[in-house]
Amino acid sequence: MAGIGGADTTGKKVGWGLLNAVVVIYALFPVLWIVSLSFKSSKTLADGNFIPREWSLENYQNIFSTSEFTRALINSIGIAIIATAIAVVFGTMAAYAIARLDFPGKNLLVGVSLLIAMFPQVSLVSPLFEIERSLGLFDTWPGLILPYITFALPLAIYTLSAFFREIPWELEKAAKMDGATPGQAFRRVIAPLAAPGVFTTAILVFIFCWNDFLFAISLTSTEQSRTVPVALSFFTGSSQFEDPAGSIAAAAVVITIPIILFVLFFQRRIVAGLTSGAVKG
Amino acid sequence: MSHATAEKTEATADEPVAPRKKAALSEGKKAERRLGWLLCAPAAITMIAVTGWPILYSILLSMQRFDLKFPDRTEWIWFDNYVTVLSSKYWWDAVLVTVVLTVVTVAVELVLGMSLALIMHRTLVGRGIVRTSSLIPYGIVTVVAAFSWRFAWTPSTGYLAEALGGDPVLTERIPALMVVSLAEIWKTTPFMALLLMAGLALVPDDLLKAAAMDGAGAWQRFIKVTVPIMKPAILVALLFRTLDAFRIFDNLFVLTAGSQGTSSVSMLTYNNLIKGLNLGIGSTMSVLIFLMVAAIAFIFIKLFGTAAPGSDNGGRR
Repeated sequence: MAGIGGADTTGKKVGWGLLNAVVVIYALFPVLWIVSLSFKSSKTLADGNFIPREWSLENYQNIFSTSEFTRALINSIGIAIIATAIAVVFGTMAAYAIARLDFPGKNLLVGVSLLIAMFPQVSLVSPLFEIERSLGLFDTWPGLILPYITFALPLAIYTLSAFFREIPWELEKAAKMDGATPGQAFRRVIAPLAAPGVFTTAILVFIFCWNDFLFAISLTSTEQSRTVPVALSFFTGSSQFEDPAGSIAAAAVVITIPIILFVLFFQRRIVAGLTSGAVKG
Repeated sequence: MSHATAEKTEATADEPVAPRKKAALSEGKKAERRLGWLLCAPAAITMIAVTGWPILYSILLSMQRFDLKFPDRTEWIWFDNYVTVLSSKYWWDAVLVTVVLTVVTVAVELVLGMSLALIMHRTLVGRGIVRTSSLIPYGIVTVVAAFSWRFAWTPSTGYLAEALGGDPVLTERIPALMVVSLAEIWKTTPFMALLLMAGLALVPDDLLKAAAMDGAGAWQRFIKVTVPIMKPAILVALLFRTLDAFRIFDNLFVLTAGSQGTSSVSMLTYNNLIKGLNLGIGSTMSVLIFLMVAAIAFIFIKLFGTAAPGSDNGGRR
């Protein structure tokens, strides 16, 4: 409430600075801890020190020397990108229709996607496990991509339709007046204007797919389609006497890098995307 | 929203005057409808195909004895699985753990999230840094964060365990649950804060200034002005977080794997299904979890009426 009534004095700025520092430390220290763990050598791994006494790249060399991690990384990247692409395309089409067109069944679609957003995912795991086994989708990329698209769609539809409602409607009307069909108006006028919203949605959906653990652990069984979060939980170390903590930490850091990059470069957009869908409805 | 109403009025205005024009307009309307359905079809079909049939199928499975270890003993047993699950101590233990975790974490997150939202909204310096760093817990892979906490609390490896005397906290029920709550709160508070911050942005500064003029203190302004205006945002944040907390799985899997009576309902279902390969019991639990979540959503929507996101959407469009 410092903005109200009070002058922005140096004292107040220092106070806010301290508060901000608390927030930054709160957000970062578990991340810094796992980074530090990943750089510890196997001798000092178990010393319980927050900062490594001996820096080494040993753990990174270890994880990249086995297919267990590299294969999982390829799976994670491939599955997340394909699922994101499809979910964003389907979501863009649906959100455009919801935001701009008038047709019966619209509220039903909004209701259904809200239901799916709230759906307990574990309830789908049992039947999907059995259905995918009988269809031969179990432990394949499509077997994970399908549920990811499904659960990403509500997020995509909400965020995008909020963005679409901000786009000046007159432009589309003008395009139609100049003889464009509704389809052309969508492709030529609205789509380019909507690009930032689509991009933001893609980031959010990618984070969601990248993050998933429940489907990934239930619907895969081998390296063929295991994603990194699951592979992490199966790391055992190269011998039974070796603590896998170092490898896990290194792999954890590797899959955290894209998230940190997104957050650093697109902070404003992510905040806008997360809040627009939820509050404007 | 304005578009739909504008078109409707246009249509009714034209009706009595020019019937031929009406036909043309309804032709356009038809095209609009077709386009609408066409554009929504891929999304709708995917969502229904991946959720609709599996839901029905899990109801069917839940009424059978279906154990993949003994597939030839599969038979219809109707509600016996429900009796088995509902009379099991493990199930009710898991329900208790899930409810306690949900209530504790969401309550703490609301308080912390509100403070964080106020900091992000009001801070005079370094707004970008605060927002960026608070997005990191949101974006980070839950499993990664959970491992970070696990290693921190493991005796000898971890700095937190060392600092607190080296007790293996993750091997006892209550301390382990506290660590799980901590991990969960750390990860999801920023999300709560972002939703609340969006609500804060809707509070007009003039109103707060007027209240300050009238002699209201900071706390009074917050309770009497800010909170009532941002009530819808608070309710949406609470609903989302409650349903999300109820399905807690990743953190528990990594931190305790459900040992020492720390299983949540999701964890128990996973163990019965993937570890035990008991599809019948697993599906029964799936159906029960679905019913519980539906009940929570229903209570929220009943309690909050028009503030609930579903009705909000229906009303506005």
